[in-house]
Amino acid sequence: MTPRDDLLQAFVDGALAPAERAAVEAALQGDAALARRVLRLAEQKRLLKERFDPVLLEPVPERLHLRPPAWTGYARAAALVAVGIAIGLALPSPFDKPATAPIAATQPASASPASPFAARAARAHAVYAAEVRHPVEVDATQQEHLVAWLSKRLGTPLKVPVLVDDGFELLGGRLLPGPDGPVAQFMYQEASGRRLTLYVSARSAQEGPTAFRFAQDGPVSVFYWIDGRWGYALSGEIDKGALSRVSSSVYRQLNP
Amino acid sequence: MDHQAVVPFIPNLRRYARALVGDRHGADDLVQDTLERAMRKFHLWRPGDLRAWLFSIMHNVFVNQLRARRIDPAAEIPDELPGEPSAAWSAGVRDLERGLAVLSPEQREVVLMVSLEDMSYAEVSRALGIPIGTVMSRLSRGRERLRRHLDGEPARPALKAVP
Repeated sequence: MTPRDDLLQAFVDGALAPAERAAVEAALQGDAALARRVLRLAEQKRLLKERFDPVLLEPVPERLHLRPPAWTGYARAAALVAVGIAIGLALPSPFDKPATAPIAATQPASASPASPFAARAARAHAVYAAEVRHPVEVDATQQEHLVAWLSKRLGTPLKVPVLVDDGFELLGGRLLPGPDGPVAQFMYQEASGRRLTLYVSARSAQEGPTAFRFAQDGPVSVFYWIDGRWGYALSGEIDKGALSRVSSSVYRQLNP
Repeated sequence: MDHQAVVPFIPNLRRYARALVGDRHGADDLVQDTLERAMRKFHLWRPGDLRAWLFSIMHNVFVNQLRARRIDPAAEIPDELPGEPSAAWSAGVRDLERGLAVLSPEQREVVLMVSLEDMSYAEVSRALGIPIGTVMSRLSRGRERLRRHLDGEPARPALKAVP
């Protein structure tokens, strides 16, 4: 009896259990035409590998490198896409390679020296995230009031990202002074007690490009970006990869 | 797990794309679009089969490119090809790449994932979002069609005029 075709395919792919394989082998013994066909299918698989396996050994072209410079063409072409990529890539910080040449201000999604904005966000994080008893002025149980109050003080409707899926619960927020007016700081906490802060302030005239950037201030990592008139910074004492993932959630929720 | 986990799969994505698309430039375009999308969606990936995830992204990008005709539609020769082989056809009977181009894109995807990547049928099913039964029928028809092509047999011998 001729085996079912899916068994023949699985035979060629070495995906059969021993009993099934023995059954197919027996069938091939008694059917020369079938055996020839199966042999041709096995040869075909080998030919495909012979023809295309050398691609594995080719050097990967520059444009397919998962490093920021390889993506700047894209980044220039589409700033939003660049933001997404930058988030996903968790870019190296300038502190990893202090000797690198200065990066052009127009180059988005690149590491650059921490801006005054990022430095302020990092310091505010360090001061308030360390507070055990009073980390926030208004806690998350009064979220509506918190958002209304900070929105009124900043003069823009604020949106508070929900980071539960990333493992962080909103603790609350506070109002801080900044060089360009009031600043809102929202604080989140993980089950382990680790905290993140989202720092939102009016964009300073001195702030440069709007790209997504990473900075390190002592133990505090900061992802920051400018969106229209506003600057956002997410800070935490967590590794860059984890912070970049949460930053990605924040960005998506603020830009649905 | 961070995005660097994707790097070891880049050569595999390139090999597969080269066989799928045909020309080197178009294939690397497909890989580049796939990586870009994977980076943007990396936060959505949950620990599991990273290779199947990457290939599913490549599949989606490939389908979009086919729709937008960014990939040469010559690769989309319809299933019901007349039995009489053309001169060009006969000249290329031994040409594997030409043979691949004769397969429908759906057949080519399955044949290449199984043959080049040694993916299990279950993995292919996940990557393409189709039932295993469909994987098997595309694999079987695709391989048979490629075999006929390589053996210089017309696609539908039943239709060939008998002298």
